[in-house]
Amino acid sequence: MDFIEQMPLLGAAMTATRAWTFGFVTITFMIYLYIGWRSRVKESGEFYVAGQGVPAIANGAATAADWMSAASFISMAGLISGLGSDGSVFLLGWTGGYVLLAMLLAPYLRKFGQYTVPDFVAKRYYSETARIVAAVCAVFISITYVAGQMRGVGIVFARFLEVETWQGVVLGMVIVGVFAVLGGMKGITWTQVVQFFVLIAAFLIPTFALSGMLTDSSVPQIGFTTGDIAEKVNLIQEDLGFSSYTQPFTNYDMANVFFIMFALMAGTAGLPHVIVRFYTVANVRAARYSAFWALLFICLLYTSAPVLAMFARYSILNTLEGAHIGEVAKGEDEVEYIPVYRINDEGKEVPIQWVDTWQKTGLIKIDDKNKDGILSLRNVNGNFDEVTIDKDILVLATPEIAQLSPWVIAIVATGGLAAALSTAAGLLLVISSSMAHDLYVHFFEPNASEPRRLFIARIMIIGAILVAGYFGIAPPGFIGEVVAFAFGLAAASFFPIIFLGIFDKRMNRQGATSGMIVGILFTAIYIILCRSDRVLGFDEPLMTPWFQGSSWMPNGLRPEGVGAIGLALNFIVAMTISRLTAPPPEEVQDLVESVRVPRGSHAPEAHFDETDAEADNP
Amino acid sequence: MSSSPPTNRPEPKVAYWRQNLMVIGALLTIWAFVAFGCSIFFIEWLNQFQIGNLPLGFWFAQQGSMYVFLVLILVYALVMDYLDRKHDVKE
Repeated sequence: MDFIEQMPLLGAAMTATRAWTFGFVTITFMIYLYIGWRSRVKESGEFYVAGQGVPAIANGAATAADWMSAASFISMAGLISGLGSDGSVFLLGWTGGYVLLAMLLAPYLRKFGQYTVPDFVAKRYYSETARIVAAVCAVFISITYVAGQMRGVGIVFARFLEVETWQGVVLGMVIVGVFAVLGGMKGITWTQVVQFFVLIAAFLIPTFALSGMLTDSSVPQIGFTTGDIAEKVNLIQEDLGFSSYTQPFTNYDMANVFFIMFALMAGTAGLPHVIVRFYTVANVRAARYSAFWALLFICLLYTSAPVLAMFARYSILNTLEGAHIGEVAKGEDEVEYIPVYRINDEGKEVPIQWVDTWQKTGLIKIDDKNKDGILSLRNVNGNFDEVTIDKDILVLATPEIAQLSPWVIAIVATGGLAAALSTAAGLLLVISSSMAHDLYVHFFEPNASEPRRLFIARIMIIGAILVAGYFGIAPPGFIGEVVAFAFGLAAASFFPIIFLGIFDKRMNRQGATSGMIVGILFTAIYIILCRSDRVLGFDEPLMTPWFQGSSWMPNGLRPEGVGAIGLALNFIVAMTISRLTAPPPEEVQDLVESVRVPRGSHAPEAHFDETDAEADNP
Repeated sequence: MSSSPPTNRPEPKVAYWRQNLMVIGALLTIWAFVAFGCSIFFIEWLNQFQIGNLPLGFWFAQQGSMYVFLVLILVYALVMDYLDRKHDVKE
């Protein structure tokens, strides 16, 4: 997830790549702008939920683009490559959450209707305090997440088109601004559909090419299973002193794998920018199918990522181990690097170009520790001995490793931008709707006219873009920790109370509020204390992880997994308190009954109720 | 759409909801078995078998479970279509 800090530069000898990138980026941006213009909206219903007319398959593609951020696109394959078998926490954590979402939340929330997740929380728990808590959580989660996306946008621009990072961020802000401000959810939806195709093509083209080169099948999922790469990687890894690639629990112990996977699953199901996408479809049935389409589209990338990860691992081990190291050289751009080459059958030196170009970015470092002129990749504390390769370059470097054409490299860069922009847009809409709809209009201007509501929503989205842009240009140190934060908090707060709100009719305001507060505080405090070196800037973390040194969890409970415990606490507290206090009012129990049945998702009572604000805390 | 006369309290669809819960329960059991069973708790045992050239547990952790998730959601949507029609709550 640290790609934000250090996105790669592809080197100066890349003018063809630059020209291709420029072309692709211009074309895709024109399309995004055109869609934004075409889908400009005039009512807040269209602005927030695209008029609830998005077809299931289009919503699936939009959800997939919304969901797969720059982290999924750029960082995940690199992480899996480093983690080997344990990389499945990301794959299964993030996809498995869709099963929970599809069966436990999405259809019922669609039936409930309205615009935002706090809408549901407020109405189901007949409490405006709960609305405020939910809206603040949604804003906090989304702002931190979006800041990382804008940073990613800025750096792709800076590296591939050689402009300053801040110029890249501003350009990204303008593009997102046009389609989000004009079109709201409607504009975002159709832009995300296009962005999905851009990003999936960008991911699959190099993966297919690599699969065709390394195995007898161009379909990566097949080549992965039938090819002999796994055996080869395992052999080389063992030779070099690493544990075998397919061996589980070499990086995380079993208990941590379980906790992290569970927290990511519940977090996926609870993240507001994903949930809100299910409000935009026509009816409950469409919500169920759109969850299927979303996961299908996501799986195109998620089942390819582990393949890319292992193939890349193989290519790196295979080309670099035993390569010859030359004298320090200087490129045309005056940046020093250490050339690396292999000796081919005819005794000629063949330079390994991608290592040279990526060295100039500082993301690959060569250090001939024993001065023998031969590169060694032996295992030193889980790292390569004489070369350091940043995990985040893997996806972007793969086309070069495989010596694909410049246009492939350009399309990968364009795909990275599409992934970052689509997620940024979805998050900005959550921020705008929480601020404008749940906080401002609800509490200050409940009788605002339709144009006025739309005006406020647009002001808020512009405000959100400015804040995101600021963080993109001057990122705080903790952006890299955001993923653990966002998922843990969503898992420990939103998931249980939405779930209980639908499946437990007896759940009341007292139970839900206390459960949410206990869950979110426990999770946030644990993460902050364990990561206080990063989040608060202390020299040392204030707390060592729990259970450290125990036989079942030698390294302690990792902060990424603590959301699973926060979720359990939320459930226990909510169930206990709700049974000790009065049951919810009759009309709330009726609401639960009606949410459980598909029919009537367009009934008037499913829509925004002006009296909510006055009926505060009965 | 709905042809039933408006009442003050919606009539609870008890049978529909019970069957919905059974479907969810069955599908989530498979979900948990694949995600936590095959990919975590039994992964080392499964790794003694092979699928193609990959250890079976590793394959579940990085491929197979995701295919199962996808099928589960599709089955859920199809079964619910059937239940919606059967209990006349379809929109």
